[in-house]
Amino acid sequence: MIFPFSWDPVTDFRFMWQFEFMRNAFEAGTIIAIVAGIIGYFVVLRRSAFATHALGHVGFSGAAGAVFLGVNPVYGLLAFTMSGAAGMAVLGRRAATRDIEIGTVLAFMLGLGLLFLSLYKGFATEAYSILFGEVLGISDSGVLFTLETSVIVLAVMLLIYRRLLFASLDEEVAEAKGLPLLALGLVFMVLLAVAISIAVQVIGVLLIFALMVTPAAIAVRLTKSPLSAIIVSVLISVFSVWLGLFLAFYSADLGPTFSLAPTSFFIVTTAFVLYVAVRAALLVSVRLSPRAAEEVHTELSVGHGST
Amino acid sequence: MSETLSLGQEPITGSTGPPGETVIRAEHLEVGFRDKVVWRDASFDIQRGEFVAVIGPNGAGKTTLFRMLLGLHRPLRGSLSVFGSSPRRGSGRIGYVPQRHSVDIDTHISCESFVRLGVTGTRWGPGLARREEREIATAALEAVGATEFAHKCVGTLSGGELQRIFLAEAMVGNPEMLLLDEPLSNLDIRRSRDLVGLVSHLVRSRRVTTLLVAHDINPLIQCLDKVIYIANGRVATGSPNSVLTSESLTALYGVRVEVLHDSRNNIVIVGTEEAIGGEHG
Repeated sequence: MIFPFSWDPVTDFRFMWQFEFMRNAFEAGTIIAIVAGIIGYFVVLRRSAFATHALGHVGFSGAAGAVFLGVNPVYGLLAFTMSGAAGMAVLGRRAATRDIEIGTVLAFMLGLGLLFLSLYKGFATEAYSILFGEVLGISDSGVLFTLETSVIVLAVMLLIYRRLLFASLDEEVAEAKGLPLLALGLVFMVLLAVAISIAVQVIGVLLIFALMVTPAAIAVRLTKSPLSAIIVSVLISVFSVWLGLFLAFYSADLGPTFSLAPTSFFIVTTAFVLYVAVRAALLVSVRLSPRAAEEVHTELSVGHGST
Repeated sequence: MSETLSLGQEPITGSTGPPGETVIRAEHLEVGFRDKVVWRDASFDIQRGEFVAVIGPNGAGKTTLFRMLLGLHRPLRGSLSVFGSSPRRGSGRIGYVPQRHSVDIDTHISCESFVRLGVTGTRWGPGLARREEREIATAALEAVGATEFAHKCVGTLSGGELQRIFLAEAMVGNPEMLLLDEPLSNLDIRRSRDLVGLVSHLVRSRRVTTLLVAHDINPLIQCLDKVIYIANGRVATGSPNSVLTSESLTALYGVRVEVLHDSRNNIVIVGTEEAIGGEHG
């Protein structure tokens, strides 16, 4: 049995909104989607997808350690991802040489996570929610924490926006113009670590790609300026979270053991379907006419943005 | 005022050139890394508005010279002054086109947005595109004849068009000096000559002092005022006619090297493969 579904989005949304856990999920999910959409653009631009993936895993060990010590997993996540991010930024400045170091650290961190897992009995539920996210279990204070952290991340991001963009797009010239590449890389990685730590609540460490990489990967194919790419990336990210939550709510099993549908699955699937659709549409438009793809970009670009 | 071809500590007098303000002065410059000297004892002057080719085999230290001029690398010994003082990182008076750009050609970013980074990329805060910033970017695109590419994505351009965009990015804010590191390396002969014509026009019309690293001197030779030839850990500087001779290159390499001219006046440098690296045509 599932919740009654009327096919009228407004009615269905109102019905869903009366549940506090859904309101919290939407609030936290939206905040995180905005942060992920923005940071994600730089992840794609800096080719740091593997670092993002690895930081998620590093975060898992941190969260597992925190649970083992009896503190809030998010503190473990923050501590581990931030130190991991700093290490990655310092060890490998260039994407081409970074993957080896990241891979090595990643394997060790996962091993450490396993150790915590085996030390702490009755860990299965916690581990499951860290790995795959538990957006429907976010409390009021969890939403507030997410909001506060996100405001800090976005404020720093706004401050370094143009410098980071220059350093990400044209590293050599940026260095010659006097930008501190190492410091910018370090700040970015720490912002990424914080964003990942809060995003884990919604999507879990294994599925972090869906919010951090997929929306931005779609956006850069549809736009011609950084600002429009970021706007499109945020819109896709928010849409994926909203649709994912909506679908998860109306697929929940209301049987004797009330169980919620796997929200992360719906969020990931929405983002993935959008990605495939955009790639396919661009491919078809290129086949039909070489100019068509160019026009798609032009239509979707929001002004010429800021650089 | 006479130009000097200096090789080590034995200056050789070259052709006379117009008097001008010295913008780069190197005195007994020694360059290298902690445990390795790349080249030593180089002394040369570059005047305002000169077009200078920097040539030499791979690994000779041509890019290192640029990194020193940009203030990214310190000399081991000797002195180097740019615009009358030690090289300073982030000088707005120098435009730079590196050998390799990290920009991913798959990145969908319009040329105008990309070039605008040269204006806004070092500023703090978000900043929306201001009119004067756009105007500076448009002026830079105009200067290199790339206005038609302004709204095209960087990734859709050909090699020659892309070099123009990089040149536009370097021209942002009207620098007094351009450092171009192998801009011709991926271009065919016709596009090489086009780009050299464009750079030469910038040098002559705006008196932008320009240093250009190249492997092949031939597309450039007609436009040059000076050559900095780096090889064998040493540096020879002077007018093309004084540097690109069998005598001066033999002295530079330390083995017999011949400079031949074909019927079209193209230069071919012939020597033992080990000595000249088999690079130059």
